Amino acid sequence: MDRFFVLLTGFLSVVLVNNFVFTKFLGTCPYVGVSDRISSAFGMGLAVTFVTTLSGTLTWLMDDLVLMPLGLEIARYICYIVIIAGAVQLVEMYVRKFVPSLYKAFGIFLPLISTNCVVLGICLFLDVWETDNLLEAAVLSAGVGIGFTLAICIMACIREQLKLADVPACLKGMPITLITAGLLALAFMGFAGMIR
Amino acid sequence: MAKNDSGRIGVYKRALLAGLWRENPTFRLLIGMCPPLAVTTAVKPALTMGLSVIFVLVCSNVVVSLMRNLLKPHLRIIMFTLTISTFVTICDLYLKAFFPDMSEILGAYVPLIIVNCLIIFRAEACASKAGLIVSVLDAIGMGAGFTLALCIIAGIREVLSSGCIFGFRVMPGWFVPWASMSMPVGAFVTLGLFLGLVNTFTRKMKKD
Repeated sequence: MDRFFVLLTGFLSVVLVNNFVFTKFLGTCPYVGVSDRISSAFGMGLAVTFVTTLSGTLTWLMDDLVLMPLGLEIARYICYIVIIAGAVQLVEMYVRKFVPSLYKAFGIFLPLISTNCVVLGICLFLDVWETDNLLEAAVLSAGVGIGFTLAICIMACIREQLKLADVPACLKGMPITLITAGLLALAFMGFAGMIR
Repeated sequence: MAKNDSGRIGVYKRALLAGLWRENPTFRLLIGMCPPLAVTTAVKPALTMGLSVIFVLVCSNVVVSLMRNLLKPHLRIIMFTLTISTFVTICDLYLKAFFPDMSEILGAYVPLIIVNCLIIFRAEACASKAGLIVSVLDAIGMGAGFTLALCIIAGIREVLSSGCIFGFRVMPGWFVPWASMSMPVGAFVTLGLFLGLVNTFTRKMKKD
């Protein structure tokens, strides 16, 4: 039961309190790039969630079973990148085969997930947070992806409304999106201090 | 002959200057948005980050430019990222060894240079097509433009959040520091408003 609570608080912590987009600024590029329609935003969120879970778990295993015992921490970043690129390739092949409509909707963004900061970010932060068992690593990686999905979907909803609003000409597009993100970050700060 | 030479110099000059303003990565192209938001709480870490990016960008552009004829289209991106991650590892170890306090502050954002869109974008758009000298000049120009953008944002945020810059007090005594400027919200709003300002200026310049 204790372990369950540790996992639950860890999960809530990465989804709400330490949301990667609002507190660590990771994944800002797709966050402002793909968030203009809710359907594509949700699809992007799901793809990212899948890739983070897969690559977070795999890199943790790699770190624990191969790199640490052999003292090869120096090659860590290169190994991480190879694993992430492999995972993305897998997802791309799967989506192209089984959900062609989604594949078309993603366009260029799917291969770009491999260079998405969220994915490499979680692999690095698992190390910073000193995650010490596989289950925790998997739950945290999934949580980060879900947190990203949450953030990008909220943003897409707001931007769909924003299209009808009268925004000053110089703030149209990117600037107003960033300011909105700032206000959302302010709202998410309300969760701070709830869990560490 | 002379004309040909000046044409070549013109190309070099364009490659060097494009990144500073006309194609400034942060303000005009809007790529590589993580560092301008994440490491700009103060000027010093921003400057360190900018210099690291310049180092990685120049090195990776050199390597990519040299191997551009060997690249296979479907293995392109992975070759770019592998090259970049090698240089980022070098940069990370150097910072850890010689600037441990900066390395502490920047933390995971140094390895995250690997996935900075700016570097892959330059490898793809410039270094994999152009020769060595143009690639290096382009990398220096783009890196300098990026560093400039980081320092501007960091300067605004540091002055407003602490009243100091590089540790020297610049604001008058009655100034109450804006704590929110050092928080995430400050980063998003500062960058958003600054982009708005840049848009206004470019529009005015176009009219004139």
